[in-house]
Amino acid sequence: MPEIWHAGRVASGGIAIGTAFLLPGAPAEQTVSARKTDNPAAEAAALRSALAAAIDDIGALISATAGEAADVLEFQVAMLEDDSLGEPAFAAIADGAAADLAWTAALDAQIADYSASDDDYFKARTADLADMRDRVLRHLRGEAVVSVPAGAILLGDDLTPSLFLSQDWSQGGGIALSKGSASSHVAMLARMRRVPMVVGLSMDISSVATGTPIIVDAEVGRIAISPDAVTRKDSETRRAQVEAELIQAEAFRLKPGRTADGSDIRVLINIAGLADLEQLDPAICDGIGLVRTEFLFPQNGHLPDEEEQFGIYRRMVQWAQGRPVTIRTLDAGGDKPIAGLTIAESNPFLGLRGLRLSLARPDVFKIQLRALCRAAVHGNLKIMLPMVSVPRELEASRQLLEEAISELHLAGIPHARPLLGIMVEVPSTALMPERFAAAFYSIGSNDLTQYTLAAARDLDSVAGLGDASDPAVLKLIANTAAYGWQAGLEVSLCGDAAAETRLVPLLLQAGLRVLSVAPAAVGRVKAAVASIRLA
Amino acid sequence: MGIAETPVQGSVVLAHEAGLHARPSVKLTKLAKTFAASIEIAVTTDGPWIDAKSVAKVMAMKAPRNSELLFRAAGADAAAAIAALIDLVNRDFDEAQADA
Repeated sequence: MPEIWHAGRVASGGIAIGTAFLLPGAPAEQTVSARKTDNPAAEAAALRSALAAAIDDIGALISATAGEAADVLEFQVAMLEDDSLGEPAFAAIADGAAADLAWTAALDAQIADYSASDDDYFKARTADLADMRDRVLRHLRGEAVVSVPAGAILLGDDLTPSLFLSQDWSQGGGIALSKGSASSHVAMLARMRRVPMVVGLSMDISSVATGTPIIVDAEVGRIAISPDAVTRKDSETRRAQVEAELIQAEAFRLKPGRTADGSDIRVLINIAGLADLEQLDPAICDGIGLVRTEFLFPQNGHLPDEEEQFGIYRRMVQWAQGRPVTIRTLDAGGDKPIAGLTIAESNPFLGLRGLRLSLARPDVFKIQLRALCRAAVHGNLKIMLPMVSVPRELEASRQLLEEAISELHLAGIPHARPLLGIMVEVPSTALMPERFAAAFYSIGSNDLTQYTLAAARDLDSVAGLGDASDPAVLKLIANTAAYGWQAGLEVSLCGDAAAETRLVPLLLQAGLRVLSVAPAAVGRVKAAVASIRLA
Repeated sequence: MGIAETPVQGSVVLAHEAGLHARPSVKLTKLAKTFAASIEIAVTTDGPWIDAKSVAKVMAMKAPRNSELLFRAAGADAAAAIAALIDLVNRDFDEAQADA
């Protein structure tokens, strides 16, 4: 079988080499139970024994885990041991329902309740409840509990926390999912355990057979199926390199960013939501350089209201403890459609995306601006506009910001006026940054690269052209940095290029002194910075 | 669960970063279960008052940070139970540092 590559997104870094283990899907949905339901007492007994068996399973997992992972499992045990969790199911059984359907309905009601929560922490519990639901259901149906060989590459649509935790990762292994999310519980656990994980693979997972050789390249965000000898050897070399870098990075995480000849480089973090801050010590960074607020806007057409957004932004600035927090306004469109907001276009990267969309929808934009001004009272919050092309877009936004401020003032709602800056990702802004009355500039290297080289980010066929280290891209970065230096305004870079250690020297040589990267890359970037001499 | 006519009451502000989240809920209900008294918890005096020994119900309150947690208990060790629960919340569930 020839080698095939599939692209996805990195949820947890590293490189894993192994053989595929195809994960089973969730238990099939059934509306008619296969069970005999003429005896409510027997059904209740079956559910009780399935609950007990599930608790035993998890108990065995707990004895093999520690720390945060054990806490996740202990929560599941406490929930399963709680009579009130199964109460509605037992009531339905007494009325003649089958145990499996009654249990599923009871848990689905709870899941719906938590998923409707405004709070990310409570929302995230839906995955735990689904995990409990499926585990008990498997026992009720007498389905085998999945047993995965150590060191395997887990391949599937999604992965449950309990399956992740039941796996022996000390033998290596990795995760490749067609769905999944980088902010899921499993992704968080994978980052803590340093299990390489790629999500969002656009491929038919079921076409891969268990036992097929696989490489998960979670440094780039792709997987190779049936890799050839050359790829395998190359991946082994890179894996050894990544591991060596990791050990070095660990030592640098809490140190200040400083070059070998003593220049201070500020290293900030990029996040998509509060989940990214869980278990993260703010002392590792100089603040948050980019909050991708489009990920707060769910795909079902419901847009978060002002209170919801205010709560989230406030928690972010509180987490940062006085460090700056730069929040980018909604950057939808392009490769990030939002149902009910973005429109279908033949060439979305050149269409109504980013700030263009916000200005076309001032109703939605104003709500976000109001929430940001209110959260600014609680810390050092800055507003950053994405996809600015011409100065009048910045000025139109400033006008809306002023309107939001006077509305809040009239209503007597506490607020502050955040600094207003722009992303530099369209070549027009990088060529002439002086045209824009921005308080700060942040270079989005991914878009700046694709627009400078006219190579779409989402097309594999032109991926080789879209290189952030191309001299033309570096020249635009240097031009922006030089203007910032001259005008006394901050210029940072918050694209993927900042996290690539081979590019860090080029970015510093281009004049940048502020980099914003994924939390997991902070140590690695500081280590790379420490080896650079600028003089 | 019925509460006798003269319950012991107490309240405390929840400072925990993530609100009454999974781990805090587990700790709170585990502690509540060590007392014989019947114990109830609420976020407003009007209720609903819910069983402080049920983790499923306590979690389902989804009490956010800075909510006032109200406790009431009845039974021989009711006063000790309220004091212990308030102390747990004040200690931030023993997970103060960088923990959400």
